[in-house]
Amino acid sequence: MLKQIEGSRGVAEAVALCRPEVICAYPISPQTHIVEALSSLVKSGELAPCEFVNVESEFAAMSVAIGASATGARSYTATASQGLLYMAEPLYNASGLGLPIVMTVANRAIGAPINIWNDHSDSMSQRDSGWIQLYAETNQEALDLHIQAFRIAEELSLPVMVCMDGFVLTHAVERVDVPSAEQVDAFLPPYEPRQLLDPDDPISIGAMVGPDAFTEVRYLAHDKQMQALELIPAVAAGFRVAFGRESGGLVRPYRCEDAETIVVALGSVLGTIKDTVDELRDEGVKIGALGLTSFRPFPLDAVRTALAGARRVVVLERALAVGIGGIVAANVRMALSGISLHGYTVIAGLGGRAITKASLRRLFADAVADRLEPLTFLDLNRELVERELQRTRATRRSGPAAENLLRDLGAVGSRIG
Amino acid sequence: MTQQRVRFYQIGSYAAGNRLLDPDQGSVQADAQRTNSLNSGHRACQGCGEALGARYALDAVMRATGNQMVAVNATGCLEVFSTPYPETAWQVPWLHSLFGNAPAVATGVAAALKAKGRTGVRVVGQGGDGGTVDIGLACLSGMFERNDDVLYICYDNGGYMNTGVQRSGATPHAAATTTTPAVGPEPGNNFGQGKSLPLIAMAHRIPYVATATVADLRDLEYKAKRAMEFRGARYLHVLVPCPLGWRTASNQTIQIARLATETGIFPVFEAEDGEVVGVSKIRRRRPVSDYLEPQGRYAHLFGAAPREDVIARIQAEADRNVRSFGLVDPRCRSMEG
Repeated sequence: MLKQIEGSRGVAEAVALCRPEVICAYPISPQTHIVEALSSLVKSGELAPCEFVNVESEFAAMSVAIGASATGARSYTATASQGLLYMAEPLYNASGLGLPIVMTVANRAIGAPINIWNDHSDSMSQRDSGWIQLYAETNQEALDLHIQAFRIAEELSLPVMVCMDGFVLTHAVERVDVPSAEQVDAFLPPYEPRQLLDPDDPISIGAMVGPDAFTEVRYLAHDKQMQALELIPAVAAGFRVAFGRESGGLVRPYRCEDAETIVVALGSVLGTIKDTVDELRDEGVKIGALGLTSFRPFPLDAVRTALAGARRVVVLERALAVGIGGIVAANVRMALSGISLHGYTVIAGLGGRAITKASLRRLFADAVADRLEPLTFLDLNRELVERELQRTRATRRSGPAAENLLRDLGAVGSRIG
Repeated sequence: MTQQRVRFYQIGSYAAGNRLLDPDQGSVQADAQRTNSLNSGHRACQGCGEALGARYALDAVMRATGNQMVAVNATGCLEVFSTPYPETAWQVPWLHSLFGNAPAVATGVAAALKAKGRTGVRVVGQGGDGGTVDIGLACLSGMFERNDDVLYICYDNGGYMNTGVQRSGATPHAAATTTTPAVGPEPGNNFGQGKSLPLIAMAHRIPYVATATVADLRDLEYKAKRAMEFRGARYLHVLVPCPLGWRTASNQTIQIARLATETGIFPVFEAEDGEVVGVSKIRRRRPVSDYLEPQGRYAHLFGAAPREDVIARIQAEADRNVRSFGLVDPRCRSMEG
């Protein structure tokens, strides 16, 4: 059914269609609209049987999901940013225990300085937590990925994180196709746990494992993600058959056929990138884009195949590995081992900075001409940075950097006293 | 001829006379068919109070629920000694997640059981004092506040014993641990404000809060059983001496726990909806030094240069417990030798 709704509402409706039995939530922007909508669906009785638990922290949210999932309940939660970091410990625990929890991450920057707007620093920081990470390009895909996520999670007994850009997607009102309950029920079988806390068959879960088997347990975690490399496209194919549209999968190449330059990215920025690619194509530039839907597992082979014919690759990412540069870029480079092409890393859209078509046009022009530095910060205000560097060189007690920059910019309320 | 004077105070303490009772009045532990929720073969130290307390409590819960229970365990001694891979001592469905999240995981189990309509299966969360009063406090308070249908049991041995006897928020004043060593002018743990989790639990007005020790098996079993008669959040705080951390002989565990109650150091009571409804009276009150002296963690208070001043402060704390909980029947004489 076509609806004109907010991205968060679409995700909430998709999650509800998956019939979760336990939902736990702690508020954090920009994720809150999702659980607000779900709490209303549970409280009104539309989504039943389902327990909605208002917890006291994200640490507790993931812990409640762990207990519920181990008791055989389909479990869901959502978070973002600081909240994801606060649940880092149970995040690793959920994947280590092999519990098929599904969680939305409404991608947001991490402080300090505190910033509520979109980038991928949060989910990227947890890329090695053992969770599968899928990134939505549009609201429709965000909605669809949740339905696929429960399938993937429960088939592998592994948790799945569906990442969608905070505000850009979560708060955007767009047309989406919300499937019917019958369609989702036919696609997603009831949860059959591989392990279960049940007094009729008592087992112990979460034992201590020493050096004798720890490596093997970790190997099996890796092996499961390798299985996901097969399963994710299979589920996407099944989804296409059942719902009649393309969503999910590992990678999404766009006009890559004869492309000399390929831009790799994930999330909603792919929309702007594709528009820019279209314009440049019209001008005769051989450029394409490669969207990564699955970041964990990282589809090394699919990325390699897509990029093999190109002369240069531009990895544009909304996160920064301080001290080296790109996170996605480092992963892409692994896929390109043995292939000789120019690689550029572009850090863009941090803390909600808009990535405009105009900026991308300039960036891609520089890339095509091989004028780019290996590491570029898109639209960096160099003058602002230089003033702060100058200040720190001149004065020992130069003060807090973030506040200095705001004062230099003349931002409202930046001066205290 | 030497004659042993009859000690009437023993009557009714359940320490004697069990065999004279009807079998159905016997303790759960005395039952030949007891379930041994925590079975033999685990790796606890000899004389471990926590292993004893956990088996006592969970066996009683198993009986109360007809074995329809799930246990969630915080990281700590109890978790480590009971489940060295690939062995497990647990005869109940058991889940260990993390150090600080056992109450929240238990909430998740209860929520799942409710969603599945299996409310006949009951949930017990459990951990040591570190996992309860320190790192797990936020999750525990959340579980209390929501009144989730979970019994949480804290086995309090007054420190992080699993990591080698460090101070916790439940370490008593003046006790020596590896992070509050018996050196300097104020040896041992500093005199802070303390942290009484039973009182914190009562402040949440949850249906049932109780304290117990491994010295009084019948009382502990009663409280575990009583807790299962309520729905909602319940809290049981069990004092479990630790021979390693308290530096006591392994055969002194019960004796030391009894002294903790007889001195007023550890008040034994139960409360419903935030109000005390029952107190275990001290029949024959003892000075705190009787409790402190046998323990190596207080050795610096005795010996060549005894710290009467510190002992007096601890005595004052016990006196306050006696006053505020009414631990001594006014008709009884106090401090008799």
